[in-house]
Amino acid sequence: MTENYTALYEQHKLAGASFTDFGGWQMPLKYSSELAEHHAVRNAAGLFDLSHMGEVWVTGPDAAAFLDYALAGKLSAVAVGKAKYSLICQEDGGIIDDLISYRRSEEKYLVVPNAGNAKVVAAALAERAAGFDVTVEDVSAETSLIAVQGPNAEAILLTLVPAEQHSLVTELKYYAAVEVGITVNGAVQDLLLARTGYTGEDGFEIYVPNGDAAGLWEALLEAGDGHGLIPAGLACRDSLRLEAGMPLYGNELSREGNPFAAGLGPVVSLKKESDFVGKAALAELKELGAGSTSGRKLVGLKGLGRRAGRSHYPVLKDGNVVGEVTSGQPSPTLGYPIALAYVDVEHSEPGTALDIDLRGKPEPFEVVALPFYKRQK
Amino acid sequence: MAKVVAELKYSAEHEWVAADGSGPVNIGISAVAADALGDIVYVDLPEVGSTVTAGETCGEVESTKSVSDLYAPVTGEVVEINDEVVSDPALINNDPYGAGWLFKVAVTEEGPLMSAEEYASANGGEL
Repeated sequence: MTENYTALYEQHKLAGASFTDFGGWQMPLKYSSELAEHHAVRNAAGLFDLSHMGEVWVTGPDAAAFLDYALAGKLSAVAVGKAKYSLICQEDGGIIDDLISYRRSEEKYLVVPNAGNAKVVAAALAERAAGFDVTVEDVSAETSLIAVQGPNAEAILLTLVPAEQHSLVTELKYYAAVEVGITVNGAVQDLLLARTGYTGEDGFEIYVPNGDAAGLWEALLEAGDGHGLIPAGLACRDSLRLEAGMPLYGNELSREGNPFAAGLGPVVSLKKESDFVGKAALAELKELGAGSTSGRKLVGLKGLGRRAGRSHYPVLKDGNVVGEVTSGQPSPTLGYPIALAYVDVEHSEPGTALDIDLRGKPEPFEVVALPFYKRQK
Repeated sequence: MAKVVAELKYSAEHEWVAADGSGPVNIGISAVAADALGDIVYVDLPEVGSTVTAGETCGEVESTKSVSDLYAPVTGEVVEINDEVVSDPALINNDPYGAGWLFKVAVTEEGPLMSAEEYASANGGEL
C-alpha cells in the first residue's frame, strides 16, 4: 500500500509527533504523552488532524433518493444544515463503513467515510448511482479536516470568527454544519464548520482545502494558547472514542458483522418505503433477533482489576469462551480498564460477571451499559 | 530522540543493565522502549527470590495502547523490586534510567548485551 501524507505532515514533524500507519496514511499517534492529550481534550481542548478521512460530494436532483437507496438510514429526512450518522451496507447486511452525511442543500450532501474505506465507499456510491440523476465526486485528496475538541473548543474557534458571525457558531447544534468565516493567514475564508466529533466532548470539525490547512492549523494553535489547547494524536482519539462508547470500523464494525449485533439497529431504517442496499438481508436478521435474542451483541465491559483486555482477547464465562474483545485499554478518565466486546446475547445483560482471558490469566470484568463516559452538560 | 545512557548495557529486547561489576545489578527498560510503548499504566515484575533467565520473559509492561513482555537480560536471583514503580508506573516514562528502574538481580550469567553505542545505532536512540 502506498503511504499517504496529510497536508499537515510537516507541522506534526516539527511538533515532535510519532507517527503510525492508519488506513494507509502516516498519521500522528501522539505528540508528547497520549494521556496528557486525552486529559486535555476532556478538560480543555485538543487539536486533531483528521485529513485522512474521506469526503465525497453527492449532488443532483436525486441526491436524497439516491442516498436513501445507497445507505441504511433515511437521508431524505435530514434537514438542510443537519448531519446524520449512517451505515453503508452490503447486500448481505455486512457493514462496508460507518459514515456521517451532511445535507448542505436540497440537492447536495457531503458524505464522510473513514480513511481506509474512502475509496471503497466512493466506488460503491458511484456504482449504486446508476439510474439516479446524481454525480458522486470524491474530493478526499484535495480536502483536509481539522478538529477542535473539548470544552474550550467554542471559545477558541470564536477568536477566529468575525464578531457578526459568532451566533452562527454559538447557536450551531450538535450534528449540524454551517459555512462560516474563519481567519486563516490573515484573510477571512468561508469554511464548512460542523459541530461533530468522535471524542464524547463538545467540539468542531472544519473542512478546509489542503492549501489552507497549515494556515488554519497554526491559527487554531495560536488561538488556543491560553485555553489549554494542545495537538492531539490518534492514540488519544482512540481512548476518547472508546470511553464514549463509539464504534471504530475495523474493530467493532466489519463486513462480517451486522448493525443489530453492533447496537446500531436504530441507524437502520427498515421503515423506509423505498428499497435500499441490504434491506432484505437486514430485515431477515432483525426477524431472527440478531443482537437481541440470537448471536452475539456488542457490550461494554468494566474491569474490576487493573489489567486491560485488548482486541481479540477471548471473553470467558466460567472458563468457556462466550465472546471476544474488539477494543480495550485502561480508561484515562475513569481510572479502570474498559473494553468493547461481542458476547453471546445470553451473557450481555449489564451486571453480568465475565472474565477476559489475558494471555492465559482470567481477569474479572462486568458488563456495563454504554457509554462508559458521558460529559456533564 | 530517545536518550541512551552511555554507562549502561542493553539487551536486544530493550532492557538496560547497570553493570558496574560488583554486587546485584539494576535493570530497567530503555527510553526507546518507554517512548514506543506510550504511557505505561501497569507493570508486572518477577517476585523477589525468584530466578530469572536471560532471554526469557519475566514480567509484563502495559501501556494505554499495548502490552509487552519483559525479558530478563541476565540470569540470576531477583533480590529487590522497585515497589514505587509498581504503584506509579509513569515513573518508567518520566525517568526510565533512574526512578523508573524495575528490579535488581544477583547475576550468575549475563545474556547477550550491547554497548550503549551499539544499542543506540540499532534502535535510533541518542547518546
